Amino acid sequence: MSAQAKKYSGQPLKRIEDPRLIKGIGTYTDDLRLPGLLHVAFVRSPHAHARVTSIDTSVAKAIKGVVAVLTGADVNEKCGVVPCAAAIPDLKLPKHTVLAGDRVYFVGHPVVVVVADDAYAARDGVDAVEVEYDPLPVVVNPEEAIKPGATLTHPDLGTNVAFTHNVNGGTDIDEAFRRADRVIKQRVYHQRLTPMPIEPRAVVASYHAGEGTMSIWSSTQVPHYLRTLLPGMIGVAENKLRIVAPEVGGGFGAKLNVYAEEALCGHLAMRLGAPVKWAESRRENATSTIHGRDQIGYYEVAVKNDGTILGLKARTIADLGSYCQLLTPAVPTLTGLVLTGCYRIPAVKMEIVGVYTHKMATDAYRGAGRPEATYLIERLMDLVAKELGLDRVDLRLKHFPAPTEFPFGTACGVTYDSGNYQGALEKARQLADWKALMSERTAARKSGRLFGVGVSTYVEICAIGPSAAMPAGGWEWGCVRVEISGKVTAITGTSPHGQGQETSFAQIVADQLGVSIEDVVVMHGDTAVAHYGRDTYGSRATVIGGTALVMCTDKIIAKAKIFAAHLLKVAPDQVAFADGQFSAPGAEKTLSLAAIAGEAYVAKNLPPGLEPGLEASSFFEIPNFTFPFGTHIVAVEIDRETGQVAIQKYVAVDDCGPQINPLLVEGQVQGGIAHSIGQALFEQTVYDENGQLLTGEFMDYAMPRATDIPEYILGHTVTPSPTNPLGIKGVGEAGTIGATPAVANAVIDALESLGVTHLDMPLTPERVWRAIHQRTVATV
Amino acid sequence: MGARHQPLEAPVSIPVRITINGTLRQFDLDPRMLLVHLLRDACTLTGTHVGCETGICGACTVLLDGSAVKSCTMFAVQADGAEVTTIEGLAKNGDLHPVQQGFWERHGLQCGYCTPGMIMTSVQLLSRNAKPSREEIAHGLAGNLCRCTGYSHIIDAVQYAAGMGGAR
Repeated sequence: MSAQAKKYSGQPLKRIEDPRLIKGIGTYTDDLRLPGLLHVAFVRSPHAHARVTSIDTSVAKAIKGVVAVLTGADVNEKCGVVPCAAAIPDLKLPKHTVLAGDRVYFVGHPVVVVVADDAYAARDGVDAVEVEYDPLPVVVNPEEAIKPGATLTHPDLGTNVAFTHNVNGGTDIDEAFRRADRVIKQRVYHQRLTPMPIEPRAVVASYHAGEGTMSIWSSTQVPHYLRTLLPGMIGVAENKLRIVAPEVGGGFGAKLNVYAEEALCGHLAMRLGAPVKWAESRRENATSTIHGRDQIGYYEVAVKNDGTILGLKARTIADLGSYCQLLTPAVPTLTGLVLTGCYRIPAVKMEIVGVYTHKMATDAYRGAGRPEATYLIERLMDLVAKELGLDRVDLRLKHFPAPTEFPFGTACGVTYDSGNYQGALEKARQLADWKALMSERTAARKSGRLFGVGVSTYVEICAIGPSAAMPAGGWEWGCVRVEISGKVTAITGTSPHGQGQETSFAQIVADQLGVSIEDVVVMHGDTAVAHYGRDTYGSRATVIGGTALVMCTDKIIAKAKIFAAHLLKVAPDQVAFADGQFSAPGAEKTLSLAAIAGEAYVAKNLPPGLEPGLEASSFFEIPNFTFPFGTHIVAVEIDRETGQVAIQKYVAVDDCGPQINPLLVEGQVQGGIAHSIGQALFEQTVYDENGQLLTGEFMDYAMPRATDIPEYILGHTVTPSPTNPLGIKGVGEAGTIGATPAVANAVIDALESLGVTHLDMPLTPERVWRAIHQRTVATV
Repeated sequence: MGARHQPLEAPVSIPVRITINGTLRQFDLDPRMLLVHLLRDACTLTGTHVGCETGICGACTVLLDGSAVKSCTMFAVQADGAEVTTIEGLAKNGDLHPVQQGFWERHGLQCGYCTPGMIMTSVQLLSRNAKPSREEIAHGLAGNLCRCTGYSHIIDAVQYAAGMGGAR
């Protein structure tokens, strides 16, 4: 890394991508209009499990404007199955065809596809298709599903257990529990959630028969994954397939996938010889785009009476839904990687059982596995403190590794890169005015108010990830080109969809090359431009993608120094580069990067043996994950009459290493906390006992609104990561990971006087009111 | 099977005149066409987005005679004779509207999908209350969902716009 002055990095610059978005002239997938475009709509199963006994498409086909009506029998032999890329040993996988065959396995399962020359006709066609179903027994409860004799989700698999994954780490777990003074146990349900980006999914596919090439635009986080995996589904080779992720209206993991509809649109474009578009409805997004979380855990903590935690045993039942989407079974295994949180816990034993049920697949939703782990350990710390009569903050401090102990190996088998957990906790306590807050808590309780304070100290996994930990590469690619004009084009293999890397990457590149940020353009999201990449998820893009760009600029500067030496008639090792200028002792003049770029492309005076041009590409392979951390402190008051929770104070201190753009970091943290407040207080994806989805619209799925959000008090500490030259750690999921247990702990703390030690989320007014009411009745 | 699906009657076209972003436009419309689809498909004003089709998320919000309406739950024919302003019509002579400027200055957007609707609702909010408190802003935006920002920067953005003269 060059020793450039940092002019832009660290500055809260407003975003380069914003003007087009605030003027309404950005192009999302559904905004694309191609000549002759046909519109796709799906007939989806209203049953969770049924045999399809007949399909009559004749009326639909007769509707004016309807071009094609196709069933599973028409397409499943011609279109490959939906892939699962998770590397889980002995995983039992049902065959996941793009349309249902003779059975449906979840409400929303696509059964028939209708193509028409306008979107209204396509929906008319859907309404006119007659499908007859013979309903079959349904299994929706994963704990029931693993009992002997349970109804089988997929009878041909012979079991509902997709996999069992064991984590056995650190010292002997049985010995730990033998030495314990007490064992504290808790069952915790981590509810199912729906990611709900405001833009539903959309796909446009256009086949160019002459060249045999295909262009697919998709509202996806992972255009490069699609380019790798769709060839096996649609029969167009990787090097003839172009994937474009235009503006993408939020992802949160929901668009980190390869979906049946993406392949079907490609297949239909070829089959019908016309471009096609599918724009998902909100109802479809709720039924047929992945869900998140849904883990039931039984936890046991072995403790000494002084609070020393000796070991942690866990059995987790993860509800996978009816199919494995791209990473479905891998998500719960991430929980096993950070189960011990920020704490020195010497022995861990965890069993994760992945279970099929008649629901939509779960997969990576913001945080993916880490919110589950963090929620558990943070709830358990409060339970241990409560049981032993210890201060919950002291208990946490007692188990933190010292800042000097990093890299810190955990019993879960990972090595935390760097940390100062005490520093973040102390800063959060300062910002929260901890003493005053505790006095307020005491005073409120004396006057009978239900006032609680919650604390969460979290560590999470970012920069996902080292290739060794990934099914198919965890590196990132970048390319930087200094153009003949001196303008700089930076191309990233990541695929930003709201994170703002057109700005933060321009900040990095402009600083590296000593050029004005106005001269840097960042390109992404089109595999014809960004040839290789591993896209955006797992808080990886800035760390791994940003470093790949730094590597490119290092190569460019090294090459430019050879040019400069040649032009200044000095030895290359005499050339210095600073502030965009190349200079050498005794040389008459300095040369700008733009001047060298001109020489490099005009190429009439090349240094011997040097290629023309000033461009470099790089792959960055990160040596380890990064482990950001922080402390969230929340104060709540509960209305005893209604059970309504009001957040009185919200303090978050997050340490993601040095910040490239503090304004964007703040946005990521605030947005992440909102997801957490949603999970803690409002959101739950609900299926009834028949497998009917009851939360299929925004009307029924309660996401936070502007009135539900407190004013945040945010702070940060800066602990650089040794894994990359920028020292950065990633922040996209931190808020969602750190905040949920803080809110839940605060609510449960507020109910302490009523004897409540645990409640499962979401802590809706009804659930809280029932807890108050039952306790009050019981103690009267 | 199929009995309930009678052949559809030939659609009736209804003549409609709507002023869209200051220009009078005439259409012959299928009565079931939603206003949002008229704007997006017939007028290629794709800045107005569809997020839920049930009037909950507000991504489709436009101004109809100055009032914020959700164009996904309104038939285009109902806008006959009205003036519609979409996000594309907000900047005047290349100058951003104060609310647009506020969203840019205060990082009031991430993915940008809810943003046009948020901005249009904020314009109405400031036209009714030039100096709203944070609580009043939150209340005024409760009909628009954002999944990215956590709303705090959006409220900052509206306050910034209020400081610049708000509704304009």
